[in-house]
Amino acid sequence: MEGSIAEMGKFIGAGLSAFGMGLAAIGVGNVAGNFLAGALRNPSAAGGQTATLFIGIAFAEALGIFSFLVALLLMFAV
Amino acid sequence: MADNAHAAAAEHAAEGTGLVFHPMDQFKVQPLFGHGGEVSFYTPTNAMLWLGLTVLAVFLIMVVGTRGRAIVPSRGQSIGELAYGFVHKMIEDVTGKDALVYFPYIMTLFMFILMNNFLGLIPTSFANTAQIATTAILAFAVFFAVTIIGFVKHGSHFLGLFWVTSAPLAIRPVLAVIEVISYFVRPVSHSIRLAGNITAGHAVMKVFAAFAGLVALSPLAILGITAMYGLEMLVAFIQAYVFTILTCVYLKDALHPSH
Amino acid sequence: MATESHGAEAVAAGHAAAESAGMPQLAVETFSNQIFWLVVALVATYLILSRVALPRIAAVLAERQGTITNDIAAAEELKLKAKEAEAAYEKALADARSQANQIVEATRAEIKADLDAALAKADAEIAAKAAESEKAIAEIRASAAESAAEVAKDTAKELIAVLGGDVDGRSVAAAVTSRMKG
Repeated sequence: MEGSIAEMGKFIGAGLSAFGMGLAAIGVGNVAGNFLAGALRNPSAAGGQTATLFIGIAFAEALGIFSFLVALLLMFAV
Repeated sequence: MADNAHAAAAEHAAEGTGLVFHPMDQFKVQPLFGHGGEVSFYTPTNAMLWLGLTVLAVFLIMVVGTRGRAIVPSRGQSIGELAYGFVHKMIEDVTGKDALVYFPYIMTLFMFILMNNFLGLIPTSFANTAQIATTAILAFAVFFAVTIIGFVKHGSHFLGLFWVTSAPLAIRPVLAVIEVISYFVRPVSHSIRLAGNITAGHAVMKVFAAFAGLVALSPLAILGITAMYGLEMLVAFIQAYVFTILTCVYLKDALHPSH
Repeated sequence: MATESHGAEAVAAGHAAAESAGMPQLAVETFSNQIFWLVVALVATYLILSRVALPRIAAVLAERQGTITNDIAAAEELKLKAKEAEAAYEKALADARSQANQIVEATRAEIKADLDAALAKADAEIAAKAAESEKAIAEIRASAAESAAEVAKDTAKELIAVLGGDVDGRSVAAAVTSRMKG
């Protein structure tokens, strides 16, 4: 490492953006957990809502992927 | 392609010893014949090779597999029928029966992304769906198609999608701005979701693979690769499913814009 | 640790390499190539699916649906036939049963009539015989009573004669008769 401040900033920024992935994990867990809680209450209605579950998970996960993308961009592209 | 991978590995091995992290090298587009050189639009590259193999895989499953036309399906035929029924039911459930006109294209999207995701999991292969350029084309094609279908079917009524009549009048303009922004972010998130998921999975596997160079860590690394590989099989299917179902959802907005 | 310094070196080396290439997904010079081949692949997939695969699978599914529907209809028809046959069988059974009942009833009535006739005849015979006997008995009784009266009159006459009385036949008979009545 040559000790450049900008270099250090990139790594710090990439590390910080990794927090976003953990937060997205909380979001995905929230969606799946609530779906499971609802499905156990009313199992007959659960089957028709799997599509909604996956859409919800996809939306929650996309934001985590965005933070991963920020990390990648900081590491390799900026 | 394999030659290129070897060449790249050799190149990197020369740079240092011990742990070498090159998680992103697997996404490089390289010409199939000859190293380096300019990549013009018709150059046969590894991207072309794996796209071609994807088309071949779809052809094998959907055409060769169903050549028997049996009333009681064989194994190969039931895979094709399963995929057909899966997408058919998805469109019916999410978008409605009037969207079955677009069934061939949605089926194309599903089979193409699914096969490409799975082929991308073969070691030393090239995952086209991890490329922003590829997924952006797929997503923007859906975006423009949906927008055009909406305007053709409903004319200016399609703009009612952004004017939420169920909300109080005072906050409708604010909602309209939010709706417009979210509408235009759709293709971006649609494409980056797919590319990001595949990129992330492959990069993580490459990072684990790099740790395998260390004798003490290699069992853990191989275990990690195995676990990640299983997860990535799941992700490969789920991302194809999600891409397709979001296409259906967007199409529903175009066909039935009233909230 | 040796690995640490190696790791740092490697990261630095890797970073230097990456910096020269950047993120491979953002290498704009390869976009035209990817997009061109992607469009070719998509069109090929679309043609394969829409021209060959999907119509074929749709036809197979429709044919299967048709076969299943036909089979179900045939089964339904057979079921109906079986039901009809069962109904006919039931009807035949009921007919036979009622006929048997009729025969039983008729036979019973015939026998009863015969029996009744025989009984009536027997009753009549018995009644005639009883009347005859009664008449005979009455005759016997009447003759017996007469004889008794005669015997009594004769005995009374003899008794009076033996006792030395004057036998007046007429008065003795009258006395005996009145006594016998009393």
